[in-house]
Amino acid sequence: MALILDLLWQAVQMLLVVAVAPLVLGVTRKVKARLLRRRGPPLLQPYSDIWKLLHKEAVLATNASWLYRTAPYVIFAATWVAAALVPTYATGLLFSWSADLIAIVALIGTGRFALALAGMDVGTAFGGIGSSREMLIASLAEPAMLLVVFTVALLAGTTQLSSIAAQMIDTPVGVRVSLALALFAFVFVAIAENGRIPIDNPATHLELTMVHEAMVLEYSGRHLAMIEAAAAVKLVLYCSLLACLFFPFGMATADKSLAAVSLGLASYLAKILAFAVLLPVGETLVAKMRVFRYPVFLGGAFAAAALAVFLQFVSRGF
Amino acid sequence: MSLFTDIGHLLAAGMMILSFLLLYQDRITATLNVFAAQAIVLGLAVAWQAELQDAPHLFVTAAIALVVKGGIIPMALHRIVRRLEIHREIEQVIGGGPVMLVGLGLVALSIMLVFPVAGGVDSLAREDLAFALAVILLGLLMMITRRNAVTQVIGFMSLENGLVLAATGAKGMPLVVEFSVAFSILIAFIVFGVFVFRIRERFDTVDVGALDRFRGDRGD
Repeated sequence: MALILDLLWQAVQMLLVVAVAPLVLGVTRKVKARLLRRRGPPLLQPYSDIWKLLHKEAVLATNASWLYRTAPYVIFAATWVAAALVPTYATGLLFSWSADLIAIVALIGTGRFALALAGMDVGTAFGGIGSSREMLIASLAEPAMLLVVFTVALLAGTTQLSSIAAQMIDTPVGVRVSLALALFAFVFVAIAENGRIPIDNPATHLELTMVHEAMVLEYSGRHLAMIEAAAAVKLVLYCSLLACLFFPFGMATADKSLAAVSLGLASYLAKILAFAVLLPVGETLVAKMRVFRYPVFLGGAFAAAALAVFLQFVSRGF
Repeated sequence: MSLFTDIGHLLAAGMMILSFLLLYQDRITATLNVFAAQAIVLGLAVAWQAELQDAPHLFVTAAIALVVKGGIIPMALHRIVRRLEIHREIEQVIGGGPVMLVGLGLVALSIMLVFPVAGGVDSLAREDLAFALAVILLGLLMMITRRNAVTQVIGFMSLENGLVLAATGAKGMPLVVEFSVAFSILIAFIVFGVFVFRIRERFDTVDVGALDRFRGDRGD
C-alpha cells in the first residue's frame, strides 16, 4: 500500500511538470503582451497550439533522415525526464535517489545535442546557423551551470537535489554571499538556455539573429508539437530548479500527509507562476543582444559562479 | 553565524560585484551610475556596521558616503561629462574578458592575503576586510585599464570606497580619520576636475593616450 502511494506521488510529480508547462508559457506570453499594451492570446492557447499541431500532417523534406524524425521525441523525452527528476512539491519521492544535479545537466545537454543535430540534418542554411549558435551558447552556459551546481553542492554536501532541498528546509543556511552569486549566475544561464531576451527572442520567426526558431524552422505537425512541448517543459524545469535550489520553502519533506502535500503543491504553483510573471517583466526591460555579446553575458555568469565556488572553498562563512 | 553578519557580508560582496561592473562598463554615463550605486551600497554597509558595532559615529560616515559620494560627486561628474560632450562616448575598455579574469585573480589574492593575517579576528571583520581589499585592488585595476581621464577618476573613487569599507570593518576607527579621508578625496576630486579640463583644453580630448607623445623617454 505504501509503495502504491509512493508511486502515486511520483506519478503526480512527473505529470505535474508536463501539465503545467504550457500554462507557464501562456502566462509569460500574456504578461508580455499586456506589458506591451496588447491583449495577447488566451492563457490556455499553448495547449490548443500543441493539440492542433498533433493533429496536423507532418511534412518532411525529401532528404530528411531517420535522425530528423526521431530527434523531436528524444528531445522531449530527455527534457521531460530531467524536469520530472527535479523535486517540485515534495522531497524524498520514490525516484529521487536518481535526481542528481549533474545528471540533470547531462540530460539537458543530451536534448540540446539532439536538437542541434536535427537542425543540421536537412541541410538548410538557417538550421546550420541555429545549431552553431545553440552550441556556442551551450558551451558558454554549461560551465557556468556546473559551477552553480558545485556551489550548492559545497554548501549542502551533496549533489542530490532532493537531499539539498530537504537540508535547506531543515537547517537554513541563511543569506549567503556565495548563494547570492550562484543565484545571479543561475538566472543568467536559465535565460540563455531557454532562449529568452536578451539572448534569443522566442516570439520571432523572421530575425537573422534567431537561434532556437532557426533550428526548428523545417519542422511541422507532431514533430513540431514535441519540440514546442519540450521547450515549454524546459522552461518549467529551470523554474523548478530555481525554486528547489534557492527558494525551497513550503515543500513537503518527510511528512507526506495530504495537508503537507497540498501545501507543497500550492507553494510550488505560486512560485513558478511568480517566475512566469517576473520573466517577461525582465524581458521587456532589456533589449536583445548582438550575437557577439553573448560571451560577455555568459562570461559574467561564469565569473559570478566561479567566485561563488572559490568563496565556498576558502571559507564556509561566505 | 547570524542573519546580521550575513547581511553585512552581502553588502560588502555587493560592493565587490559593483566593482566588477565598473571594470566592464564601457559607457561613461553608465559607469557614473554604477559608481553612485556602489557608494550607496557602501553607505548601507557602513550603516549596518554602525548598528552591529554600536558605534553611532559611523552613521556620520554612512551619511557622508550616501550624500557626497552617492549624490553630489556623481552629479558633478555627470555635469562635467556633459560639458566635455563625451557623455555619448563609448570607451575602448582594454581587454574585457582578460581583465575580468585578472579581477577574479585579484579577489582570490586579497582573500588569500587577508585570511592568514587576520586569522584570529571574528569572521565578519575578516571577510569584510577581504572584500574591502578586493574593492581596492579592483579600483586600481580599473585605473590602469582605462584611457579616459574621467573614468580613471571613477576608478580612484571606487578604490577609496574600498578604503572606507576596510576602515569601518575594523573596530574603533576615530572619526577624525574618516573626515580627513573624505576631505582628501574631495580635494583629489577637485584637482582631477581641473586636470581633466586642462587636458581637454590642451589636446582636445580626455583620452590620456594623447599624453604619450609628450613623454621624453621614448626617443622618437
